[in-house]
Amino acid sequence: MSGIRIVRYAAWSVLALVLISASVVFWQWPDNPRIERVAVNAFGGPFTLTDQRGNTVTEAALKGQPSALFFGYTFCPDVCPTTLVEMSMWLEKLGPDADKLGVYFVTVDPERDTQELLAEYLTAFDPRITGLTGTPEAVGEIIEAYRVYAEKTPLDDGDYLMDHTSSIYLLDSDTAFTGTISYQEDPDTALAKLKRLANNS
Amino acid sequence: MFRGIISAVCVWLMVVAAHTGPSSASSEKIETLSITRPWARATPPRAQAAGGYLTIENSGAAPDMLVGVQSPIAGRVEIHEMRMESNIMIMRPVDGALEIPAGGALTLAPGGLHIMFMGLNQPFAEGSKVPVTLHFDKAGEVETFLDVMHLGATGPGQKTGSGGHGHGQ
Repeated sequence: MSGIRIVRYAAWSVLALVLISASVVFWQWPDNPRIERVAVNAFGGPFTLTDQRGNTVTEAALKGQPSALFFGYTFCPDVCPTTLVEMSMWLEKLGPDADKLGVYFVTVDPERDTQELLAEYLTAFDPRITGLTGTPEAVGEIIEAYRVYAEKTPLDDGDYLMDHTSSIYLLDSDTAFTGTISYQEDPDTALAKLKRLANNS
Repeated sequence: MFRGIISAVCVWLMVVAAHTGPSSASSEKIETLSITRPWARATPPRAQAAGGYLTIENSGAAPDMLVGVQSPIAGRVEIHEMRMESNIMIMRPVDGALEIPAGGALTLAPGGLHIMFMGLNQPFAEGSKVPVTLHFDKAGEVETFLDVMHLGATGPGQKTGSGGHGHGQ
């Protein structure tokens, strides 16, 4: 008797588990591709920023040349300088192909990252990396246009940190999104992606 | 009595430290805690923040807690934790103390826990050493020096780190 009961409980438990798993899959599955498609379609838009040399840079600069775009800030102790170092190494390894690319480091922290600060900060890296900053509104526009996550985390005493998207965005010469290089991506893979980007447009 | 022994050990350590000097000691041993691979990356010009990394090993039978960190090189020094959530870099100050378990270790390394220096009084220059005072619940104050490596370094390097020597006692 009790043996049959155990089997029955077990069967019901398995069924419940299957139903729960199925509903979880059902709720999550169809969402992902849709979100991604929307993001890709609505990617990019107009912006007006200033580079570290004081030149105005708009979305027009991204047209006619493939580009790598990444977002960060100089108050960042790890990810941002590391990405800039890696990008500098990749550009060197790319040789002449590097000159086919536009490479942009866009600050998500315009309050601290002024044009003249970026001008000095970026001397530590490949000079082909263009730093972009602007008014908080102008930076807000590019952050929104490129679906970048950037959020201020206040510390006490008025200091703050920024949470931000860490991937490098790869855009073709029509400014269409073609992929990303994620933080700590295998260096050979990253280099291959940049090489392909430089030569496919 | 026990306290007396500890004080004696501390005095002995200070004498040893004074003789060897901080630059020759790549790992500082403090009773049961030893600090290995203390390092940092050089900072770009005008950078106002830097990260510091090290491992604290606890060979003792009781856990200890890292309760704070100080350095004259920056206006503000804290322990922060970085993590990635769907490609978003998130960094937060660590709330409270960090445990160094008995017989275990606490590692501060890129991509995770780190000493966060904010408001640098001077840049971290490659080849220099950054003094840091760690505050432990039981071991008290422990001073160490971070070896400043290249801007793109991924670790403390071969020459300066953890050669496994320095156990001359």
